[in-house]
Amino acid sequence: MKVMSFHLMPYADLDLSVKDKYRTVWIVLPNSYYDPQKGHALYNRYLDELELCAELGFDGICVNEHHQNAYGLMPSPVVMASALARRTRDCRIAILGNAFCLREHPLTLAEEHAMLDVITGGRLISGFVRGVGSEYFSFGTNPVYSLERHQEAHDLIVRAWTEPGPFAFEGKHYHCEYVNVWPRPFQQPHPPIWCPSMGSVETLEWAAHPDRKYVYLQAYSPVESVARYLDLYREVAQRRYGYEASSDRIGWSTPIYVAESDEQAVNEAREHIEALFNVFLPKQSELMFFPPGYMSPESLKRALAAKRGHKGGVKIEQLIERGIMICGSPDTVRRRITECHHRMGFQELVCMLQFGTLPARLTEKNIRLFASEIMPAVKALTDADYRGFALPRVAAE
Amino acid sequence: MAFVRHTIDLNGCKLSFARGGTGVPLLYLHGTDGLAEWPAILDTLAQRFDVVAPDHPGFGASEVPAWIDDVSDVAYLYLDAIEKLGLSGVHVVGQSLGGWIALEMAVRSTQRLRSLTLISAAGIHVKGVPKTDIFMIDPEEQARLAYADPNIGEEAAQRASADKYQDVAVLNRIASARFGWQPRFFNPRLERWLHRVNVPTHVIWGEGDRIIPPAYAEAFHRLIPGSTLTMIPNAGHLPHLERAPAVAEAMQTFLRN
Repeated sequence: MKVMSFHLMPYADLDLSVKDKYRTVWIVLPNSYYDPQKGHALYNRYLDELELCAELGFDGICVNEHHQNAYGLMPSPVVMASALARRTRDCRIAILGNAFCLREHPLTLAEEHAMLDVITGGRLISGFVRGVGSEYFSFGTNPVYSLERHQEAHDLIVRAWTEPGPFAFEGKHYHCEYVNVWPRPFQQPHPPIWCPSMGSVETLEWAAHPDRKYVYLQAYSPVESVARYLDLYREVAQRRYGYEASSDRIGWSTPIYVAESDEQAVNEAREHIEALFNVFLPKQSELMFFPPGYMSPESLKRALAAKRGHKGGVKIEQLIERGIMICGSPDTVRRRITECHHRMGFQELVCMLQFGTLPARLTEKNIRLFASEIMPAVKALTDADYRGFALPRVAAE
Repeated sequence: MAFVRHTIDLNGCKLSFARGGTGVPLLYLHGTDGLAEWPAILDTLAQRFDVVAPDHPGFGASEVPAWIDDVSDVAYLYLDAIEKLGLSGVHVVGQSLGGWIALEMAVRSTQRLRSLTLISAAGIHVKGVPKTDIFMIDPEEQARLAYADPNIGEEAAQRASADKYQDVAVLNRIASARFGWQPRFFNPRLERWLHRVNVPTHVIWGEGDRIIPPAYAEAFHRLIPGSTLTMIPNAGHLPHLERAPAVAEAMQTFLRN
């Protein structure tokens, strides 16, 4: 298995009492709450943490994109990936992901990703996301056309990376007279494309299509729901497209905290993971999570059902019990990942080792313990340790 | 007065509309809530007019084909619909989003139109006067803001809370976003063409409109040559529901002249 380290880069110095006044740290929280002096220290600390992961032998380090919030301070993951590109030598650098479809001109991102791929000699993983719902408020992009634009932007970019230019791209949302991207990407035909998702059947079916077979990465969700989506990828591949999905196309991203004992792990992680779920994550309305048209009415109903009971007041015990995070002693964490792998067979594990307000000292301890006590055993897991996939029977009509 | 549902096919768009009453034709264009809650004022109007009330594409029972992207497409669709139904001398009444559609129709062609009635209409932007962003708030909060009377607003909020996950409410919200997300419920190019509205126009507004503030009523009144302005006291964004008798009276007076 490949083990990656993911950072959200939250504004961990946030005055958490803003939650009472603003209900959310997204879009409406005034940026006067951001102190650039503290921000300077945080950015550099977070980059150090990812560089440490690279040194300690993680297979990759990951950044992502969010806008106008204190939850994740990487409006441009390309900037972060660039900062990491020259400070690391061997590990993959994954942008999980960039929202190409939010841009009026997604080719700018295609160019930047190609630059990163060339600078790093082919270490880039390019994640294609649509952005979370609130991004459609900060960018103004119409969520009703999000999926169309996402798919069209993808087509434009893959063609720009693979076809000799110049050529004209004639789409509905993007019409470019001249597509001729310099530089071309280092990896051929193009950097691996990943599809991180919080659980969207549309994204999953699209990623699994035989023309694409992209890595589907389920981002932090209850483990039952992770299992459902990861199995669905294999099911869609087999039933709809007639091929067997390879386990290296299946990934899981989850917060992990390791300490000397189960009790110590819970005590140390508690306030910081609870800050993530109770302060950094909540939105002021359901529409801010799921703006109209962002997903199909069916997906919306599923998503709303999953979100219920998720409106703050979450305790670490519930997060552990529902498998939204993994937390405990090295033995516990190793056993838990091994069990989950046995059941779901993912060959990409993306660990979030800093979350919410987790301070530098505990983050570094977590990273080092994970790298020394967990990672070797997890990296050794192969498809032989997976129980295997059995196509669920469809009820007779 | 009984309304009957019909469907016509316009260039591949299955458009559903309710029709009732006899007299001069009157096209009623609904707002972002669609026609799920039937406005009783339409029954009043049907006593004197042949009332045609479509579900806009994507709302209620009307389909939205791939070629309909924005309000200008809807405006052309309704001009086609009027022609296909063989109507002329049509009074067009539009509320909120429907008022915007009515204006987009009128700047394109008033050949078959007799008058415009705009009730708390969207479609333009007055600099420095923000509208409520209905996509940022939950349907309950939107319902409370839509009425001037807090008791009526609270009842509407209870209904919104019960209905918000119903298919039709979800579809209506998606359709509202399709036409009104960016920029929020206006067309920057509409204002410069409003001089082309050359039929008698009546601007009706709730004095207590917190969704589209009354400054917009004054702006429409100023921008549309010869328009009449009626402010409805004790009414919010939905004066035709909250103060139906006052609105019906104002409308009838205007339409009689």
